[in-house]
Amino acid sequence: MSAEEKSMSIIVTKGSLDWAYPPFILATTAAAMGLPVTMFFTFYGLPLLLKDLKLQVTAAGNPAMKMPMAGMHVGLPNLVTAIPGVDAMASVMMKNLIKKKGVASIEDLREAAVESEVRMIGCQMTMDLFEYDKKDMIDGIDIGGAATYIECATQADINLFI
Amino acid sequence: MADVTLDAKGLNCPLPILKARKALKDVPDAGVLEILATDPGAVADFEAFCRQTGNELLEHSEDDGVYRFLIKKAA
Repeated sequence: MSAEEKSMSIIVTKGSLDWAYPPFILATTAAAMGLPVTMFFTFYGLPLLLKDLKLQVTAAGNPAMKMPMAGMHVGLPNLVTAIPGVDAMASVMMKNLIKKKGVASIEDLREAAVESEVRMIGCQMTMDLFEYDKKDMIDGIDIGGAATYIECATQADINLFI
Repeated sequence: MADVTLDAKGLNCPLPILKARKALKDVPDAGVLEILATDPGAVADFEAFCRQTGNELLEHSEDDGVYRFLIKKAA
């Protein structure tokens, strides 16, 4: 292990399929490289701790989202994303593309995070606010508030807000 | 020559690194892990991984799109 061990904390504030990737990839890779990692899931990031993940992605308001199609990169007009079912279809297409390219699923990355002992904390306030039940969350998570996170952050060398 | 071989072909970041970390647990101290990957990003990633974890990247090569890494586990 590297002589001076650095540590990392990540605040996870978003929960769509595309936004789930950066925190989980960074956390698992950092853990694989020997860093102790803490992830604090708050607001829209909290549902990433649910046992049953039904992650979706939307092209709405997402002008940078351009998917490879027939040799080009194609986006969807906002009006089209408002049609019922379009987001669900885009999410299925995204998941298929992810699988086809050999990229890990969020479920697998999350499992890898748990296995590598990444500390995962669910925000108590968000759980109350959006009425989430701890029994619907995966096992092995802590529950805490802002002060819990701040303490982690003061001790971590790298603090990321995603 | 390698004690353990990991086939990470077709896998994209961060899987080659994550699986290599796991595979290293089964390698004896000072033993060698061979990794095969098709992800071009794995070259820089394994160099960084070895620098950070103190494991030694003995050699790396590429043959027809398949990258081969030999990592010696730190004692």
